[in-house]
Amino acid sequence: MHIPDGFLAPQVFGSLWAVGVGGLALALKKTKEILKDKAVPLMGVTAAFIFAAQMLNFPILGGTSGHLLGGVLAAVLLGPYAGTIVISLVLIVQCLIFQDGGLTALGANIFNMAFLGAMGGYFIYRLFRKKTGLIISVGLASWFSVVVASFACAIELAISGTSALSIVIPAMVGIHMLIGIGEAIITCLVINFVLRVRPDLIYK
Amino acid sequence: MDKRMILGGLLIALSLAVFVSPFASSWPDGLEKVAEDKDFIDLAEVQPLVSSPIPDYAWPGIKDERLATSVAGLVGTLIICGLGLSLGYLLSAKNKR
Repeated sequence: MHIPDGFLAPQVFGSLWAVGVGGLALALKKTKEILKDKAVPLMGVTAAFIFAAQMLNFPILGGTSGHLLGGVLAAVLLGPYAGTIVISLVLIVQCLIFQDGGLTALGANIFNMAFLGAMGGYFIYRLFRKKTGLIISVGLASWFSVVVASFACAIELAISGTSALSIVIPAMVGIHMLIGIGEAIITCLVINFVLRVRPDLIYK
Repeated sequence: MDKRMILGGLLIALSLAVFVSPFASSWPDGLEKVAEDKDFIDLAEVQPLVSSPIPDYAWPGIKDERLATSVAGLVGTLIICGLGLSLGYLLSAKNKR
């Protein structure tokens, strides 16, 4: 759900640019305080994997496709702050090099997919982990992270006057409730694989 | 061990980008589909603020679409991996002491 240039009104993308810069500064500061040496290679590999996986659109009902966003995946491996940074890095490169997501909308995309997707997703993951076990909480958090991001995206579009709230919310959230199932399946498969080969890589 | 992890993980990512991405669904994604259905997709028809070197995940100048996607995926994955490692290295530098 990379928002292109032209969908958001200046006051909306301007505010979200400010939130994006502020939030990233905070995430960088936090990461600098806690990042362990052994997490450095994991940052590179996670970023590379999520970038590649985002290219793999899978078909959903009705001529629509979806792809992994990777917020929960990044946060479960790297923690909420470094996870947020990795997703933001992917979004910045996609915007500047691959014209995926507009430069004006970059703040909004970072807010939706990195802040809500990775940080928000991590919160949900931790909320459920003790009650449901790791894999189920990963699945739930992955699904919610996509749905919440699509809800935020719909509100941004509505405030911008791009589409009416009553139209764009059910449309965006409805389709992303399906895409979120794909997000949950892929994230669970990858985390399950990591648990088998290198369980120590899961962020404590 | 960590060298093996970097290589293994990177190899998986590169394989996906090079061999699987050319066969990904070309249907519009969730947001694009909603924009088409609800008639606001035209708003995106603006000149992008910056011109990207590799627009739409296709290496410019390669006529074969699948090959163009593979090459773009290969280069993108390597760039992202390099940036992620560098950023991680810089951020962890303080904790090395």
